[in-house]
Amino acid sequence: MTAPFLEVEGLEIEFLTRRGRVDAVRGVSFELGPGTAMGLVGESGCGKSVTAMALMGMVQLPGRLKSGRVLWKGREILKPTPDPGVEVHRREVCGRDIAMVFQDPMTSLDPLFTIGAQIAEVLRHHRGLPAPAARRRAIELLDLVRIPKPDARVDQYPHEFSGGMRQRALIAMALAAEPDLLVADEPTTALDVTVQAEILDLLAELQARLGLSVLMITHDLGVVAKLCHRVAVMYAGEIVEEGQAAQMLGAPRHPYTAGLLSATPSLADTRDRLTTIEGQPPDLRLPRTACAFRPRCTNAVTACAVAPDLAPLAGPDPARLACHNPVVGPPATPAAIAGSAPRSALSATPLVEVRNLTVRFPLGKQRLFGPAQTMTAVDDVSFEIYPGETLGLVGESGSGKTTTGRALLRAAPISAGRVLFDGQDVGALKPSALRRLRRDMQLIFQDPYSSLNPRISVGQIVAEPLLVHGIERDPARLRARVAELLSLVGLPADAAERHPHAFSGGQRQRVGIARALTLEPRLVIADEPVSALDVSIRAQVVNLMQDLQARLGLTYLFIAHDLAVVRHIADRVAIMQSGKIVEIGAVDDIYAAPKHPYTQALLASVPEIGAVRPSAGTGVLTGT
Amino acid sequence: MSLADPDPLAPSEASAGAQGREDGRGLQGLWADLRGDIPGLTGVIFLALLLLMALCAPLVAPHDPEAQNIIARLKPPAWMEGGSWAHMLGTDHLGRDVLSRLIHGSQISLLVGAATVLLAGSFGVLLGLIAGYVGGRTDNWISAIIDTQVAFPGLLLALMILAVIGPSTLTVIVVLALNGWMVYARVTRGVVLSLRHTAFVEAAGLLGCSTWRILIRHLLPNLSAPLLTLGTLEFARIVLAEAALSFLGLGVQPPATSWGLDVAQGKDYMLRAWWLVTFPGLAIAMTVLAINLIASWLRVTSDPVEREKRFARRAGTGA
Amino acid sequence: MGRFILAKLWQGALVVLSVVVVVFILTRMIGDPVRVMLPLEATEEQRAQFEEQLGLDRPIGVQFVDYVTDVAVLDFGESLWQRRPVMEIIVEKAPATILLTLAAIGLAIALAVPLGTIAALRPEGIVDRIVVLISLIGLSIPQFWLGLLFIVFFALTLGWLPTSGSGTPAHLILPALTLAIPAMTRLVMVVRSTMIDELNAQYVKVLRAKGMRPWRVVAVHALRNSAVPILTLAGWELIRALSGYTVVVESVFAWPGLGLTAIQAIERQDLILLQAIVFLTAIMVVVLNLLIDILSKAFDPRIDLRAA
Repeated sequence: MTAPFLEVEGLEIEFLTRRGRVDAVRGVSFELGPGTAMGLVGESGCGKSVTAMALMGMVQLPGRLKSGRVLWKGREILKPTPDPGVEVHRREVCGRDIAMVFQDPMTSLDPLFTIGAQIAEVLRHHRGLPAPAARRRAIELLDLVRIPKPDARVDQYPHEFSGGMRQRALIAMALAAEPDLLVADEPTTALDVTVQAEILDLLAELQARLGLSVLMITHDLGVVAKLCHRVAVMYAGEIVEEGQAAQMLGAPRHPYTAGLLSATPSLADTRDRLTTIEGQPPDLRLPRTACAFRPRCTNAVTACAVAPDLAPLAGPDPARLACHNPVVGPPATPAAIAGSAPRSALSATPLVEVRNLTVRFPLGKQRLFGPAQTMTAVDDVSFEIYPGETLGLVGESGSGKTTTGRALLRAAPISAGRVLFDGQDVGALKPSALRRLRRDMQLIFQDPYSSLNPRISVGQIVAEPLLVHGIERDPARLRARVAELLSLVGLPADAAERHPHAFSGGQRQRVGIARALTLEPRLVIADEPVSALDVSIRAQVVNLMQDLQARLGLTYLFIAHDLAVVRHIADRVAIMQSGKIVEIGAVDDIYAAPKHPYTQALLASVPEIGAVRPSAGTGVLTGT
Repeated sequence: MSLADPDPLAPSEASAGAQGREDGRGLQGLWADLRGDIPGLTGVIFLALLLLMALCAPLVAPHDPEAQNIIARLKPPAWMEGGSWAHMLGTDHLGRDVLSRLIHGSQISLLVGAATVLLAGSFGVLLGLIAGYVGGRTDNWISAIIDTQVAFPGLLLALMILAVIGPSTLTVIVVLALNGWMVYARVTRGVVLSLRHTAFVEAAGLLGCSTWRILIRHLLPNLSAPLLTLGTLEFARIVLAEAALSFLGLGVQPPATSWGLDVAQGKDYMLRAWWLVTFPGLAIAMTVLAINLIASWLRVTSDPVEREKRFARRAGTGA
Repeated sequence: MGRFILAKLWQGALVVLSVVVVVFILTRMIGDPVRVMLPLEATEEQRAQFEEQLGLDRPIGVQFVDYVTDVAVLDFGESLWQRRPVMEIIVEKAPATILLTLAAIGLAIALAVPLGTIAALRPEGIVDRIVVLISLIGLSIPQFWLGLLFIVFFALTLGWLPTSGSGTPAHLILPALTLAIPAMTRLVMVVRSTMIDELNAQYVKVLRAKGMRPWRVVAVHALRNSAVPILTLAGWELIRALSGYTVVVESVFAWPGLGLTAIQAIERQDLILLQAIVFLTAIMVVVLNLLIDILSKAFDPRIDLRAA
């Protein structure tokens, strides 16, 4: 067995905040051997990114390394007390032996230097190449990451590259000094699904070809399945389970891993409801005594009052687990819940009819003279939404899906075509009639943080529509109605008194839903309502939306980029590309047999947990 | 995508609750915060005392600031040879009591500062709100006016206006307000533009709120923090500008008292009677410094992100 | 780029035109030029003659047209005070003011960039807090008072430098320093906050992860990214100094430039000279603004000069 490259020992990182010390990483230890791709998986706030940054010596204020150390090929590169020798060694290692790729390719490059100059910088510093040689090598590297016309591209500036291209350039830059280990922090999260698929393919290929080790930080188990041989799952600053990817994704032992897997919707399964992990992650300011997952765990036993150690498991493959009462056997995949509302038969008259809708926006500043320049966001789109159904509207960024949703409310200009809501022409309504009509159609926003006014209380936010429409003015009845709405979306009654910042993302999204339901609308346009939420919280909100639909007879237009979520919630789905609907039909038909090449490409791009990469042949690391 | 947000300071699913309780703070929280900021606290106390002094000037001042006494000309401060406690900070070339003139001079500084900020602020905020929220052609026009006036040779033009109309306290206020409203309009317009497209403002519109309701209830409260900081900074700038105009003889006119005027009058006796220039100048500098200290405290304390950053940096540097 | 420059030129022309209108309204409509410009003891005859000389007896519309045509060819007439063409005086005085402002702003930039950068390296650290406090103090001292203090200390007490006037490089030091200090303190704050932002930018994290040397990250990457906002603000400081602060500083140090001349013109009620100074300053401001806009675009590769 080869000695591990990278050894992380008892890493503890805290964050100094005004609200107290947050123990973000609570004793993380792992090892990584040559030629292995390992996924470090968890939801936001679990400490995975902080761990990755620590490897590069980039624990920055307000973060602080409390204890633990990192060794590279047996020599320290990080320790809690400042040590000039370690510092110098780390600066040599970072960039040369360990390279990193970050989440956001749009801001990761210095805008004032050419791509070539930024790659050459690495070569000159770490490999001592003279400028002409560095440039030649930069072109080769761009070619390696499959950037077309690399000899022309090398002299371009970052703004001339698209997001996907920038991420390729950043990968080329990371590979420039021929590192042994590539740390990738959510490298595809900011990208569209088809671009993500290309980047993941590229990473997998480079990993195999160059014999790289990869540490992949991600929230997406599908990405892990596609790229990684090994997985470590983090929860509340600790690794709770580690093992071979195939083994762990097929038969997870830790209840949290199992929960994550079953809360992740898949393209293939046709369950009506998602399995959720109830509750919320723990407050990381509190000391760790019991098992951090215990309050949410369905397997919890008395022993869980004492935090379990991450102990090696017996078995052919090295694996570790921190659990007193592990899950046995494959995760339960509940069949469609009996008695759940049957998908309503489509009634004959549509609630919404969209006929040849076109939306154009003026480009840039309006001039005083001359014709206005415009860009067409939605181009000749037609569809219907029937009462009681959910229509999924799927597309990548810039496809016009959000604008289409806004145009139904006339919140985006209807430049041509017609939108009929219950027979009324939305585009032709007078302002007062439009205001009346909008009571019947409401919007749920994507970002749970910016969609609630931080200055007013949740009760006022939910009550405001009743007030401004003059429906209810009596304070007591208003309060009662607010309490009713809040309990409908599963929030405690005292939520009304508090301000939005007192709530987490998932809870805020519930407030947003309550606000949208205040006026008892018939159509709810949900614009990426769950894409900003973590997997376990996302499942809760999706289930809530389905419950509400069944109880209140709502009609949904569900706008999303996530094909798997749409698979779950929608009855029919429309696929948008560059402002046009390329395919529309029943969910089962489209997902089973997509006809349009774009739909096929989209579906093929979704990283699915099902297909796990076979384990690496050589030098697999060990657990402690 | 906040899914992978590596920033542990963003309220996560877990820590959000406690944060809310602490941030929902009123005057008490503000006071607690101020006590932790020594420079800011110093500024607030200094300014409060100054305000008190200005309001009760006739009661506090030992002498009539206008009373001339040729016999007691150019008396040094009390602690120097030849000084007396009757004129603690000495007397000027006409035998007037320097301390009493300082105390009365504070009235002009604070009055001109406050009046100008209110006048320029309300005009600028109104135009900024309209430009930012109405947008389109209205915005183009208002922005053109702002851009044009920003490119004026401001102080020179102000001097010319004062020279033509004739200087007085009122004209100083009007001229300085005419010169300074643009910055409020720009800041207001900028914030409104950025807020206008945030989801909560869009939501308010879709839920049926009227334009006025959106402006007053949803936009204005979110403007208060940046405007408060700006107003304080402008206050400091105006106090300096008034002093400079009075120094040049184009501001407050005798017999009224102003610190800038006193410096100008004492200039000719600089070598023989250093106190004539030193004390009024020091009064201006300390007042402006106090206001600037308050402004920099406000800037941080009114912005939760800044507050968090400063906390972490201080905690981290071990200070 | 052509369209951009054209738009900026149009805007500049608008500024100059507005200044013309404002000055016209001020001198001809609000103020009574005869009363303002002639001594109190002037006879009726003199007044009438003066009115005719300025064309004040004609309709206001005609006056305005005449006025604009004169201004367009930079013919401002004769100074009432010095009895010679106004342009002659301005050409004589302008170089001193330009020298003073350039020296002051150059000094301000030279001091502000290193100070602000050092402060930004460790926000809220000891060095940073000292720099910020000094900046706040510098920002709070009245400029005219600072000038007087300098005169008392460096000229009268120590006798190192002349109190006032011009002619030698030594004469330049105190006025330039006085003009530079408030500008410098404002620039320090801008350099500091821009650099703090840049050093926290994602691309700086990437550079650190690449193993680049810390000085290279700061001096080559972050500073270059801060250059445009810093230079833009330095340009505005130049404009502020030129269009106002020089009046104060020149009058304290009797520096024979446009500012001192403006004050003297006011004292002698010479509105003809004063308005000419206001115009020419307005034109300088417009030109400087144009230069700042073009330069800041030229330094940014993200802006395609051909297309913009």
